[in-house]
Amino acid sequence: MQIKNKFIRFCIDVLVLVALFTLVQYIITTGLLDQYYQINLVSMCINIILAVSLNLINGFTGQLSLGHAGFMAIGAYASVVMTQMMDQPFIVGIILACMAAALGGFIIGVPTLRLKGDYLAIATLALGEIIRVTLQNIDYVNGPAGILGITKMTTWPWLFGATVVTVLVVVNLINSSYGRAIISVREDEVASELMGINTTKYKVIAFVIGAMFAGLAGALYAHFFYIIKPETFNFMKSFDILVMVVLGGLGSTTGAVIAAIFITALTAALQSFPAIRMILYALILIVVMIYRPQGLMGNKELSRKTFGRIWSGRK
Amino acid sequence: MSLIMEINNLDKSFGGLSAVLNFNFRLEQNELVGLIGPNGAGKTTVFNLITGVYKPDQGRIIFNGQNIVGLAPHAICARGIARTFQNIRLFNDLSVLDNVKIASHKNVPYNFLAAIIRSPRFFKGEDIIENEAMKYLKIFKLDDKKDELAKNLPYGEQRRLEIARAMATKPTMLILDEPAAGMNPQETKELMNLIAQIRQDFQLSILLIEHDMSLVMGVCERIYVLDYGQIIAEGRPEEIRSNKQVIEAYLGEEVE
Repeated sequence: MQIKNKFIRFCIDVLVLVALFTLVQYIITTGLLDQYYQINLVSMCINIILAVSLNLINGFTGQLSLGHAGFMAIGAYASVVMTQMMDQPFIVGIILACMAAALGGFIIGVPTLRLKGDYLAIATLALGEIIRVTLQNIDYVNGPAGILGITKMTTWPWLFGATVVTVLVVVNLINSSYGRAIISVREDEVASELMGINTTKYKVIAFVIGAMFAGLAGALYAHFFYIIKPETFNFMKSFDILVMVVLGGLGSTTGAVIAAIFITALTAALQSFPAIRMILYALILIVVMIYRPQGLMGNKELSRKTFGRIWSGRK
Repeated sequence: MSLIMEINNLDKSFGGLSAVLNFNFRLEQNELVGLIGPNGAGKTTVFNLITGVYKPDQGRIIFNGQNIVGLAPHAICARGIARTFQNIRLFNDLSVLDNVKIASHKNVPYNFLAAIIRSPRFFKGEDIIENEAMKYLKIFKLDDKKDELAKNLPYGEQRRLEIARAMATKPTMLILDEPAAGMNPQETKELMNLIAQIRQDFQLSILLIEHDMSLVMGVCERIYVLDYGQIIAEGRPEEIRSNKQVIEAYLGEEVE
């Protein structure tokens, strides 16, 4: 009975996803969605991937990282080197982007994750900048000028697939024993360690998975916007992602997704006033911090249970 | 009876202050031993040394025949030592059930990949973890509160949950840091019965710190008295009660 229920739920999930995918694919192919909205759709998916992956590090593991754009840069450059300079297919570029960013996360995570709180934040901020400056000084990738004329390969199926995979991996991880171990690090590191959890190991695992998905987002970004340069991935980009995570609620994947969509829509709406954009960003953050310091969703998730409760409440 | 833990010449100092000096200790299988002493005598430091939170400057801690000095706390826990904390350290924002589930993570019955792709092994494993956790919650009469957040439990139940969580790591030796602190006499009595019961059911060896003298004298088979980081007496409760040094160092002060 229980297995049957699980199977039905699984089928419903798949159906909803397929429907969503087909609907968007349809309006893209029929030209109903013009160029402008397509760009926003792409940004939205990339931002969801970035916010959900950073939330794994900052929200669930409780390790304040400010270097997420650095991993995005690693992924972007690794994939572009693969597809443009070595003439490999996009999938190879994506896989290598993920691997390179994960490796970067590992190399940076192992020494820095012994730091706590603000010390870790400063270390990751600095390391993110080191990645950017290093890229600026590599002639092979044109230094500060960046790489131009990247073939557009990021299509809706890639974006949709990548976003779904990111969210699924993070949600499934968090709802497993490994995820509970990760959350226990945030709750009380000492108690967690004394309950037999190798806290260092789980911090590094979360950091590496987060970095890997940032790399994925970087690859998708590079192959849609034609051009990448180190400047794109400066600390302001990390800050943008952090805003989404904090706004959505540290430790809520649903919150991260909602905030990513909200911020992307807001940015799009304010496109013609780039100066006000940052002021509004700051204002929104301040207002949220005053009235809802735990973020839009707190650490709650929207799930079938929530919908079930709303449904039965109506009845 | 066999020896489960033996500590030889343990030293630990913080800066110039000797917190623990030349500490010697033995614990037999299934024994219940108390560690008492005035405030600041170094009792909790001893616990932190045993569980690997601090590294001793000198000395050996032999657990089941192996030296555990220098191991990380999680590795020591994996060998079968679990503890509770003087100032409760629960995972506050998680449910009571999750608190206990986390403690069973070291025996997680499925691998990382199974968790990500949600294979049948994952669902089966989660059922095992849940049943196991519920078993411990039932023992500590917390099963009807499984979905409450740990921070919302009343104080006495938080203390019980800490012990339940420690038990879920399947220890052979349990270390309790003032388990009855802040409890009323009735709660203390119930807790002591519970401790006696799990000790028998799980064949546990227990080391406890406690300030409630009647309690320590009542349940412990042997007592170590610590003062200024050094053992000043060791023996059965009645021996400790009449030990002149102990009365001077500890009981005398408390009466005053």
